[in-house]
Amino acid sequence: MNILVCITHVPDTTSRIQFTDNNTKFDKSGVQFIIGPYDDYALARAVELRDQSGGKLTVLNVGEAETEPTLRKALAIGADEAVRINADPVDSLFVARQIAHHAKEGAYDLILMGRESIDFNGGMVHGMVGELLGMPSISPVMKLDIEGDKAVLSREIEGGKEFLEVNLPFIAGCQEPIAEWKIPNMRGIMSARTKPLNVIEPKEAEKAAEVKAYALPPAKGEVKLIEKENVEELVRLLNTEAKVL
Amino acid sequence: MKTLVYIEHDGGAVKKSSLEAVSYAFALGSEVAAVGLGNIDPGEWAKVGAAGATKVLHVGDDRLDAGNIQAHAKVVAQAFEKVGAGTLVLAKSSLGDAVAARLAIRLDAGLASNVVALPSTENGFVVKRSIFTGKAFAESSILKEKKILAIKKNTLEIKTDGSEPEVEALEISLVDADFTYQITGTEKAEGDVLLPEADIVVSGGRGLKGPENWGIIEDLAKALGAATGCSKPVSDMEWRPHHEHVGQTGVKVAPTLYIAVGISGAIQHLAGVNSSKYIVVINKDPEAPFFKAADYGIVGDAFEVLPKLTDAIKAIK
Ligand SMILES: Cc1cc2nc3c(=O)[nH]c(=O)nc-3n(C[C@H](O)[C@H](O)[C@H](O)COP(=O)(O)OP(=O)(O)OC[C@H]3O[C@@H](n4cnc5c(N)ncnc54)[C@H](O)[C@@H]3O)c2cc1C
Ligand SMILES: Nc1ncnc2c1ncn2[C@@H]1O[C@H](COP(=O)(O)O)[C@@H](O)[C@H]1O
Repeated sequence: MNILVCITHVPDTTSRIQFTDNNTKFDKSGVQFIIGPYDDYALARAVELRDQSGGKLTVLNVGEAETEPTLRKALAIGADEAVRINADPVDSLFVARQIAHHAKEGAYDLILMGRESIDFNGGMVHGMVGELLGMPSISPVMKLDIEGDKAVLSREIEGGKEFLEVNLPFIAGCQEPIAEWKIPNMRGIMSARTKPLNVIEPKEAEKAAEVKAYALPPAKGEVKLIEKENVEELVRLLNTEAKVL
Repeated sequence: MKTLVYIEHDGGAVKKSSLEAVSYAFALGSEVAAVGLGNIDPGEWAKVGAAGATKVLHVGDDRLDAGNIQAHAKVVAQAFEKVGAGTLVLAKSSLGDAVAARLAIRLDAGLASNVVALPSTENGFVVKRSIFTGKAFAESSILKEKKILAIKKNTLEIKTDGSEPEVEALEISLVDADFTYQITGTEKAEGDVLLPEADIVVSGGRGLKGPENWGIIEDLAKALGAATGCSKPVSDMEWRPHHEHVGQTGVKVAPTLYIAVGISGAIQHLAGVNSSKYIVVINKDPEAPFFKAADYGIVGDAFEVLPKLTDAIKAIK
């Protein structure tokens, strides 16, 4: 089986978010970058599926040279080959067009992504790539097994789960508990150095959106503490001050 | 240019977040049509009208009750053409996102997700979006003629003073090939308040010690008409179902009131709740980081405080 996993290169979930250049640029100083947590689930499941059925596992990122350590980490976790499409991932439509173009040539049986990126939280790229390739896209997928030329999966819906079956090839946006995150071992790290990381230039694609400025939410005021013996006071405040009851 | 709103429903009732999307579309200033798919209770159209739609297109094909993404995208694209819309507005949800993504390609439209305010149109078309899981905002300019806006919950009040809409049954022929996957079953808690839609959420963390203690969370939730949530370790240990897990890697909620009980307030948990209007924290540790993100707090043992709080709420209801 030929599997593609699309990964993002994003600030660690504990990062403090700040901006520079008059709030027009994300401040990368002191920020540690990771594989997007959802993409990490997708990668972990892809490694398991490749190990079960053989074939090739390719990881792909649309990003500039700074994302290469993240791609190397994916190779250390178990991908066979990495591809970096050399472009600033400006908006999700642009990213989707780049991924779709690559995927068309790769003839993948399965394309796994994260349910959403944790920087822009769009949850959009899998659907866009699906539409561009004329493939089903299903998200957020919590369980995924391959049985011959079809996949059996479960997907989270509001308040529960849905069970489904779909023919390959298709695209899944993944989330836990699809697999446990994998930590690279020494052998993986060593072999990652020599695995191929191909850089390809982006295809011309128009920009559909651009960010003009960033802002941080206003600082939260002090918490009002209420004595534990006096829960009635909390109820009164919620009722008359916050007016939420 | 008209605006089309894609309406979602839960068991026949139009979702509140969809009514918010209609209200948002109305506030954009152009004429609003809504499209509803599947078995929606006809009594619901009055609400859609009250929220600002003058027209409703209804595609009552039973097969559309399940959220089959490609079939939904096909229907909404045709409705968009039919009403001659320039903008599509919808509520952010896992189905809404998927449908919006496919439509961005199909309609060749610019798309903004997680929209939290009305656009400014002085200089192009600029919308404010929540990014970095609620830790920041971006002002994004949409550069395409056609636009799709996925609205985050609690962006504005639902309008209730519009009039009865004109309802038209829209015939769209759907073939088996439009349903690109088979849904073989669902597992859903009936009658519960849906977490992403809830106005009030009561969440429990590892401080509750075990699943057998969830009764005090459920009692408080019931007294408030609230949904229940939990922290990630709680769903990892299977004390609670996965779809209740709130945070960076779980559900992002935006209720008017979020009550966190026995949750420390790790940054990844806060990422899922930072759009709440008010936050109440109950924790026995005065140093718990959650207090820094809270509006009201009680330092105390959940097992003592919660039953008293539930009684005090019942007393005023
Ligand atoms: C990449 C990544 C993603 C993550 N995503 C999420 C996410 O989406 N959601 C999430 O929740 N976590 C997430 N986490 C985990 C997160 O970092 C924390 O570990 C988790 O939120 C802690 O859960 P907790 O507050 O329930 O437990 P704890 O941190 O153990 O806190 C328990 C709290 O209960 C209090 N307590 C104990 N007994 C009582 C009592 N009797 N009465 C009152 N209070 C009591 C304690 O003082 C303590 O503050 C993520 C972590 C990573 C690395
Ligand atoms: N720049 C990128 N490079 C590779 N994959 C991406 C990129 N951006 C998004 N994706 C994939 O698309 C998923 C959804 O992203 P988003 O629509 O931005 O929330 C992510 O979890 C990734 O799997």
